[in-house]
Amino acid sequence: MSILVDKNTKLIVQGITGRDGGFHASQMVAYGTNVVGGVTPGKGGQKTEDGVPVFDSMAEALAETGANTSVIYVPAAFAADAICEASDAGCELVVCISEGLPVRDMIKVLPFITERGTRLIGPNSPGIISPGRSKVGIMPGDIHAEGRVGVVSRSGTLTYEIVYHLTQNGLGQSTCIGIGGDPIVGTNLLDTMELFAEDDETDAVVLIGEIGGNDEELAAEMIKNGYPKKVGVFIAGHSAPPGKRMGHAGAIVSGGTGTAAEKVAAFAAVGVEVADTPAQIVDIMKRLI
Amino acid sequence: MKIHEADARGIFAEYGLPVPPSRMITKAGDAKAAAEELGCPVVVKAQVLVGGRGKAGGVKLASTPDEAVEKAEAILGLDIKGLTVEKVLVAKAVDIDKEFYVGMIFDRGSRKPMMMVSPEGGIDIEEVARSTPEKILKLPVNPEGGLMPFQVRRLSSFLSSDKEVSRQIGRALKGLYEAFMGSDASLAEINPLVESPDGKVWAIDAKINLDDNALFRHPDIAKMRDDASEDQGEVEAREADLSFVKLDGKIGCIVNGAGLAMATMDMIKHFGGKPANFLDIGGSSSPEKVLSAMKIILRDENVKSILINIFGGITRCDDVANGLIEAKKKLGLDIPLVVRLTGTNEKQAREILASTEMIAADDMEGAVKKAIEAAG
Repeated sequence: MSILVDKNTKLIVQGITGRDGGFHASQMVAYGTNVVGGVTPGKGGQKTEDGVPVFDSMAEALAETGANTSVIYVPAAFAADAICEASDAGCELVVCISEGLPVRDMIKVLPFITERGTRLIGPNSPGIISPGRSKVGIMPGDIHAEGRVGVVSRSGTLTYEIVYHLTQNGLGQSTCIGIGGDPIVGTNLLDTMELFAEDDETDAVVLIGEIGGNDEELAAEMIKNGYPKKVGVFIAGHSAPPGKRMGHAGAIVSGGTGTAAEKVAAFAAVGVEVADTPAQIVDIMKRLI
Repeated sequence: MKIHEADARGIFAEYGLPVPPSRMITKAGDAKAAAEELGCPVVVKAQVLVGGRGKAGGVKLASTPDEAVEKAEAILGLDIKGLTVEKVLVAKAVDIDKEFYVGMIFDRGSRKPMMMVSPEGGIDIEEVARSTPEKILKLPVNPEGGLMPFQVRRLSSFLSSDKEVSRQIGRALKGLYEAFMGSDASLAEINPLVESPDGKVWAIDAKINLDDNALFRHPDIAKMRDDASEDQGEVEAREADLSFVKLDGKIGCIVNGAGLAMATMDMIKHFGGKPANFLDIGGSSSPEKVLSAMKIILRDENVKSILINIFGGITRCDDVANGLIEAKKKLGLDIPLVVRLTGTNEKQAREILASTEMIAADDMEGAVKKAIEAAG
């Protein structure tokens, strides 16, 4: 089954004629993702080098292709509108790669898309991949392998680092999802844990957290109350000074809360192992499975 | 982005909050005219972008214009948590009967703007949250409807049972909400909002942090940035579109991606070293970015080795390699560079770096250990 994306994913790339959108559309096609179209307002009627048709609007793209998913590579100032357009056109899943969206925009987007039954991943997300089936995002496809470990992360390249170790050691993945590094995201750690809980092709979950907020503490609580899968954890940001934003808008220790130490303690208290280094996750997962 | 209290007061005043009049000065002598104009007593307040100014001796009351000059002299040049006071605010002082805390943030849990109020004002609100959480009332606000009248009544009556005072507080809360949303803030807070013995409500402090991602639509607020009160490296990094935070170790770090950059610093610490910085070169790599990153790190004389940890996805390893060669040529590097490049165009990158003196590492752990060793 995997979660959220699979062979049934029919994808529209919003911003397909841009530099990033164009490059990653080709990469996704090469991976085997079913990219059925792209949207750039004013550029409808063209085809990309891979033969993907370009439409002027999401409404038109969905009517023509029957797509169910969109991925967004438009500049931050236009991304909130792109998310709403995809939702209004009827996309079930929208993955926003664009980073730098104002929080106020996100706050207004969320009720709009919830009303229309759309799930949003991101913004500021590397995307989501179900290895061997569908890749929707910017992650390098070749470091992944098919398997039964679910990965959920607030980061991009750190996820690649950890997935690389998993794959090298024979631990393939059901789905890997980067929820995005912003303080307010469409789908958070807990939402993703719930999805993995119900997925019969996921045996265990790797949770990659970082400083800021209290999602990790809530995930520990969820595990304490009875989570059906084994969980291994890595937390980034032990050496981050308080009050400083560490790259991600959401990665900040403020008012003395959201520290890595607190998060590790929360998991330790419910008997969940936390890796000291990315490579150690492999040993933990091997023990758990 | 943080802004000075004086600027935050200005924004609050625009939204109709009851802010006592004030003047910003940089020379102690000017405090006299300011105090005369405002009318004594006045309060003289250090303008630095850190909390705890009062405890550090950066806030003083003056009952005459001459005393205002004296106090300004004492405060200007003061070192508060590593920042030198270069500006002070002279504000009309208000008699205080009661102090309240009122603040706005975005709540990650409810994914909504949230107002927080407490009758325990004037002290650290995190401390109140820890010791007496029942003294804080938090209400999420639906951004489409805004702060509703019933919410305003609930919040203001939590702070005061006096009808007239409660009405004034309510007006201040509406202003605070509008100021927070209108300026795209990530935090807006008045600590304290006070009630004077004559039953008037005043905002005698002001703090606003702005959402950096929204500054593009507030050019007037963006101008309030005070580069002088930040680390020079951090200012340069922002201009070069890099995420950088200075630390006090001796191993410089250049990494792509914030999570991996944090994990790299953590690993340096784990193996007994100390990172000199956090630096994320971001997604779209270019040789120029690597060069800028190198320049910023080399400003710090404590740096004894530099670790480059790249997991290429969008970032191409050959771009990074070319940037390193360029940096070595232009900057005349004489400290060891440890390079770990995995992912997109890794092979080309290795070829580019093969004939250099850079120390190659196959994986992150090996690279971290080599960088610690090279730093001595």
